[in-house]
Amino acid sequence: MLFSFLSANINHKVLIIIPCYNEAQNVALLYNELHDLKVEGCTISPLFINDHSSDSTKDKLMEMGVKFLDNPINIGIGGTVQLGFMYANEYEFDFAVQMDGDGQHPPKDLYKLITPLLKKEADVIIGSRFIDKKGFQSSALRRFGINFFSRLNKLLVGISIKDSTSGYRAYNKKAIFELIQYYPDEYPEPEAIVYLAHKGLKIKEVSVTMNERVMGVSSIRRFSTIYYMIKVSLNSIFLHLKMKSNG
Amino acid sequence: MDKIQILAIIAVLFFITLITRFILKGKLRTEYAIIWGLMGLIFLVFSLWRQSLDLLAKFFGVYYAPSLIFIFFFFMIFIFLIHLSVVNSKQHEQIKKLAQEIALLKNCLHNTGNG
Repeated sequence: MLFSFLSANINHKVLIIIPCYNEAQNVALLYNELHDLKVEGCTISPLFINDHSSDSTKDKLMEMGVKFLDNPINIGIGGTVQLGFMYANEYEFDFAVQMDGDGQHPPKDLYKLITPLLKKEADVIIGSRFIDKKGFQSSALRRFGINFFSRLNKLLVGISIKDSTSGYRAYNKKAIFELIQYYPDEYPEPEAIVYLAHKGLKIKEVSVTMNERVMGVSSIRRFSTIYYMIKVSLNSIFLHLKMKSNG
Repeated sequence: MDKIQILAIIAVLFFITLITRFILKGKLRTEYAIIWGLMGLIFLVFSLWRQSLDLLAKFFGVYYAPSLIFIFFFFMIFIFLIHLSVVNSKQHEQIKKLAQEIALLKNCLHNTGNG
């Protein structure tokens, strides 16, 4: 009876949002993994969103016959993920999961993100590579950046998320509703933590094992620049001040 | 009248004609038309009445009268550029919103199209 919340008669609809920008080489691999994925008590629907890729991503998605949205122009990672939240809201999904289209986020760990939502432990679940320190740990520079944003978040909103830039996240309806109102444009992850914390949502980090990119170059999020650090820091601080002054 | 003054008047008249044409063709929104129209008028006053600049400079205690022009226009251009950045940021948001809506609508159309 302990796991009665997982009983089959309560079927939760889960949307997997997969933003794709020039991911023609990766989408088929990811879809194959998602295809046979099952989480008890949930119906899983993958939704690829093609952010006006200049390669053959769209053709690949059509070939595969999967459900996908097609942006008429390139709007960037933030707007694309937000579009997924809009879709989740429109079609009344219970949970939305964002997962990178480049194969970094393992679909087999999906249940780890969904289970705490089913148990109502939190509103937002973040998949973290640093809790058990397994799998791809990223470069030293990138780890420095991730750590920096963790500290900044702690300073601003008092919560400590170790893998602050992880884009492998799951949200419940309450969180989806807030994210439709606002979601940062570029490099959205650390700033989104500040926003969600201000909205009073409970955020929990769970351990996942991340992979290195399967193929291709990450063009959707280039991390290595100082510009990134400055921009995200300023965005977070501005957002914090704005939300603080608005009560 | 010096040659430079005649040249200035011709330039200003050209500027005003250009603005008027843009307004008449509907290529310039009214709020910008007002700003540029005013600019044109200010130019016109200065080019027709040369002493006005010296008088103004004297009034503000500026020794070198032309520097007054630079201060004034640098300031105006700065304000205007900030304004354009604000407009640009707003349009960026609006375009994103539109693109998102279009993507959702395309999906709806596709669904109904397939029965």
